[in-house]
Amino acid sequence: MKLDDLLRQTGEWLKGIGPNSEMVMSSRIRLARNLAKYPFPHRANKKQLEDVLSDFEKAYKGIEYFKGGLYLMMKDLNALDKQFLIERHLISREHIRNTEYKTVLISDREIISVMVNEEDHLRIQILQSGFNLQDTWQLANKIDEELDRYLDYAYSNELGFLTCCPTNVGTGLRASCMVQLPSLVMTKQIKKVLYAITKLGLTARGLYGEGTEAYGNFFQISNQVTLGHSEEEIIDNLERIMRQIIEQENAARSSLLTNQRALFEDMIWRAYGTLKSAHIITSNEAINLLSHVRLGMDLGIVKDIDRNMLNELLIQIQPAHLQKLQGKQLSAHERDVTRAELIRSKFMR
Amino acid sequence: MLCEICGVNEATVEFTEIVDDEVTQLHLCESCAREKGVEMEKHFGIADLLAGLTDVGLEFEPKEVEVKCSGCGMTYDDFRKTGRLGCGECYSTFKRSLLPLLKRIHGSTRHLGKSTIKLEKAVGVTKRSELQELRQKLQRAIEMEEFEEAAKLRDRIRELEKKAKEKE
Repeated sequence: MKLDDLLRQTGEWLKGIGPNSEMVMSSRIRLARNLAKYPFPHRANKKQLEDVLSDFEKAYKGIEYFKGGLYLMMKDLNALDKQFLIERHLISREHIRNTEYKTVLISDREIISVMVNEEDHLRIQILQSGFNLQDTWQLANKIDEELDRYLDYAYSNELGFLTCCPTNVGTGLRASCMVQLPSLVMTKQIKKVLYAITKLGLTARGLYGEGTEAYGNFFQISNQVTLGHSEEEIIDNLERIMRQIIEQENAARSSLLTNQRALFEDMIWRAYGTLKSAHIITSNEAINLLSHVRLGMDLGIVKDIDRNMLNELLIQIQPAHLQKLQGKQLSAHERDVTRAELIRSKFMR
Repeated sequence: MLCEICGVNEATVEFTEIVDDEVTQLHLCESCAREKGVEMEKHFGIADLLAGLTDVGLEFEPKEVEVKCSGCGMTYDDFRKTGRLGCGECYSTFKRSLLPLLKRIHGSTRHLGKSTIKLEKAVGVTKRSELQELRQKLQRAIEMEEFEEAAKLRDRIRELEKKAKEKE
């Protein structure tokens, strides 16, 4: 598999399948792991960083899950390709800084990715479509066990898996769900919800993780605490709270539909109309409008649109994807024009 | 509209900056926004937040500031500046200072999750999660204030951990 093959395929997590996939776009598990032999990447010398890479390379080659995967040296990628991987949620923004001795391994359907020499030696990520935390954890655990067979993890009886940042120590586990909560935003209940979840050891972020804004009413909800609870407890806690958030969003949706149906439908059809007709559109505007149409679809108001197509568009309208689809560099203005064209072509079908 | 920093390129990014409660909105071109973004990340990150917490416990062990980790040569002061530890060994080197910090961040200083395959083999745990289960039971016993039960569980855990250490 080559990097450009990704452009022609839909990542598994974008397929819009799985439980509650109308509201929960994806479930993600991330495990932070380090090798006992070497200092953490920011304190390691060149030789040690190279050794981490070669240890990992030897390990992953024996693992069935990674057959047919894509292994990339970050330093060999151009700026566009790096941005492209970020947009697909396969690497972090941290991973494209000082790219020497950094690599990423991506499984064939983009469910698994492993960043090597990011903040920790290994960052294992499993990303699946829909509200699917248990399965996602099961898979993460299996892959962790496989790697554990070949590698000697930095681990202490008392503190668990040792990580570069003490906020990840213990399980090294960050579980998260990407969820769209437009009605809670519209009814101005979202602040209350987000405040409540921080009280329960969870945190909410925007579409692209740490420090990003919640465009299109998408929120990434994840656990904060990694020490003092088992993996199962952490996931169970997130799952229970997510269920309640889903319920709240559903309640807000039906209340809006009953009390303010015209306003609601107006907003959705205006978004639909703009997407179908615009000739210049920024990515933020597009994400917001697509999210309205997505809501319209879930409520049965918009009927002729495919969820998979909408999910795919949310990624394809991003700058690096647009430029790779066009096969050339585009200025911001050219992107806005190309983006509008792409959206129109999908909505015309 | 032109970028408010370089005044040359077209502004395509709306940039909100909050300094001392004062909100400034800037319209920037992409390259200026990127520079500004990088600058901002340097200004404030998780390291700064952690640095605010790392003084916890220092009053007990002022000497630990000068101690160098044998694994990577880091000092506790380096950690306070970056919020990042240098290697696994650092957790033992700076244990006295780190434990109160971990307590603040996680509300706990005891791992209750899975362990490594090698460790489990060494302990000879037949059921994969025995140690883990015991630790959870211990936590619950402490929460319920069942101290007699907790003491029994603690001893059993210690015994298993000791076995593991011996075999290592």
